[in-house]
Amino acid sequence: MTYLDHAATTPMSPSAISAMSEALSTVGNASSLHSSGRRARRVVEESREVIGEALGARPSEVIFTAGGTESDNLAVKGIFWARQGDDPKRRRVLASAVEHHAVLDAVQWLADHARAEVTWLDVDEHGRVLPETLRKAIEADPADVALVSVMWANNEVGTINPMSELADICAEYDIPLHSDAVQAVGAVPVDFAGSGASALTLTGHKLGGPYGVGALVLSRDTGCVPLLHGGGQERDVRSGTLDVPAIRAFATAVADAVREQPRYAERVSGLRDALIAAVRREVPDVILNGMPDGAGRLPGIAHLTFPGCAGDSLLMLLDAKGIECSTGSACTAGVAEPSHVLLAMGADAAAARGALRFSLGHTSTRDDVDAVAREIGGVVARARQAGLSGMRKNKQEV
Amino acid sequence: MRVLAAMSGGVDSAVAAARAVDAGHDVVGVHLALSAKPGTLRTGSRGCCTIEDSHDARRAADILGIPFYVWDFAERFTEEVIETFVGEYAAGRTPNPCVTCNEKIKFEALLEKAIALGFDAVATGHYARLSVVGGVPELRRAVDLDKDQSYVLASLTPEQLSHSMFPVGDTRKPDIRAEAERRGLAVARKPDSHDICFIPDGDTKTFLEKRLGQRPGDLVDAETGAVLGRHTGVHGFTVGQRKGLGIDRSVLDGKPRYVLALEPVSGTVKVGSADALTVREIRADRPVWPAGPLDGPTECVAQVRAHGGTADAIAETDGADGADGGGVRIQLREPLTGVAPGQVVVLYRPDVAGDVVLGSAKITATDG
Repeated sequence: MTYLDHAATTPMSPSAISAMSEALSTVGNASSLHSSGRRARRVVEESREVIGEALGARPSEVIFTAGGTESDNLAVKGIFWARQGDDPKRRRVLASAVEHHAVLDAVQWLADHARAEVTWLDVDEHGRVLPETLRKAIEADPADVALVSVMWANNEVGTINPMSELADICAEYDIPLHSDAVQAVGAVPVDFAGSGASALTLTGHKLGGPYGVGALVLSRDTGCVPLLHGGGQERDVRSGTLDVPAIRAFATAVADAVREQPRYAERVSGLRDALIAAVRREVPDVILNGMPDGAGRLPGIAHLTFPGCAGDSLLMLLDAKGIECSTGSACTAGVAEPSHVLLAMGADAAAARGALRFSLGHTSTRDDVDAVAREIGGVVARARQAGLSGMRKNKQEV
Repeated sequence: MRVLAAMSGGVDSAVAAARAVDAGHDVVGVHLALSAKPGTLRTGSRGCCTIEDSHDARRAADILGIPFYVWDFAERFTEEVIETFVGEYAAGRTPNPCVTCNEKIKFEALLEKAIALGFDAVATGHYARLSVVGGVPELRRAVDLDKDQSYVLASLTPEQLSHSMFPVGDTRKPDIRAEAERRGLAVARKPDSHDICFIPDGDTKTFLEKRLGQRPGDLVDAETGAVLGRHTGVHGFTVGQRKGLGIDRSVLDGKPRYVLALEPVSGTVKVGSADALTVREIRADRPVWPAGPLDGPTECVAQVRAHGGTADAIAETDGADGADGGGVRIQLREPLTGVAPGQVVVLYRPDVAGDVVLGSAKITATDG
């Protein structure tokens, strides 16, 4: 099998599996005061230190959550509420149009239910938020901005945003910046303190850790109103009994991924470029989405549009050949909707339907690239015959 | 064969897929997403386009151990089925959207896509029997006459039929449910779907009014020409309708009135007595003949609705060569009521082993 959907989830690393397995056989609520509780608490705090160390954050800035979606919701809603609590004028949220739905829909919820005003930040044709776009949006009225949320790197097309420049602009106006770095940690250098961001989302299962655990790195001076109320386990910002085994494995995976990042990036971007070259050889009219040069793109992502093909046809045909990839877009009932990311980058609906994301990761090999090279020509030819039959007839031309 | 099983999330298509697997075919399950904004859960027994239905289809595919995908046909369905449905009502006709969906979506858009992607056939959970006689596909009524769906499949072309499979047509519905239970399919006890899937609350009139607005006109007595009342649009009526005409009782003689005809241009709804509703002759066009056009006047059974509405008849083509594209004239031996332009008439050759579909056509006019 050729697994090329690492951006959806990537296999757990052996060290994370053994860290988790060991912890699973112990008992102890990290909030209990007896020996077992203290042992559990120690595991959690060591994990917090490991993650802080790996990401250039203080341990106290690491808040454990149930994953990327919770961290994004906590940052967007929590910081909005806190900022508005301090000054009711602050009702504007600035977010990029290509955010993951965990940010996109949280922001939209604030607009629908909390009287937030949203300024969606346009991206350029490659999917980047340009610093001048952010500056212009803030300067429309700097006093009414509650927060800015711009992802570190896009999960579909892999485009990396100019985070330090964006953070500098936010700092000028003393506005908190949240960044969804779910795809970035372990793939590119991520330094929380150095980035100037106020909040950063990461999750375990994208970097070799387990599902269902993640963190929001939240600077100490950024107020954040909790979403989940209860025991107040995590700095009173997040409640819920801590998942000690998952946290231990998560920390192990973060440390490994960050340590290995330079070697990972070099090896995987080499495979990615080989994959793109191979597809281009077989399908000369394929379109590479995102940054044209490898440096501006996540090492593992190759996002391609195959004109005249429906993504669901390509996906099924490749799946039948043992090649697993993604249409790289949100799913409702398993339906691939045209990607909001591609639409924001200026693609039309038909082109957005013919897109496929191959994402490589730490277990990818040259064999995976060869498998794609072997099958993609035939698959695309077949998919092209099937066309875009689900769309209105007049939209089926590409 | 490589078979694409169209799985609605219901029990029939799940068993159809299972039987295709048993027959040794290489089966892939596909659920069609037909609604741009699917509801999360089913309401009652209506519809087949919710996320819950998609989930049920997926779970059935899991049990069968076949790959499963959801394909988005929502735009195409809106264009070909919903917009056609609304347009037909606006033109004073009474369409059958399930026929349109079979013609244009399941056995055209889906089948074409399946063939292009390397499949040999599409299997569905329709109740009808299909065999090949002398190289020609022969479509028969299902064994379970209460469930027979040959009417809504009769407009498929020989080419479409030759790539179709209806694996449950030879079995009665209760036995299909029992088989689903035996196979461990959770949909075994799922209620049958009824009505029009894109009008989940069953309120066709409100659905049409939202899209067409109010187009007021007169309710007119067909015999006297007297205006009996006003109405908000011809699309709110169907030929043969008695209830909800909104006629002031004082103008009537106590006899019930029925809708006889709809005239969309003037906005007139003509009403009259039950006698005036009976139809003895039907003219229809756009015929499809699975086994070739009729050869001269032919004794047959005509059916004008998905369920019921059958009569012995003599049918004859009036095209110059009797080929596809000509008209069909059907003399009914016993009168039928509630026959409206826009409906499909299906002609069957009676047969003890199951009536065989001779052809189908769209009704254009009727005579008493």
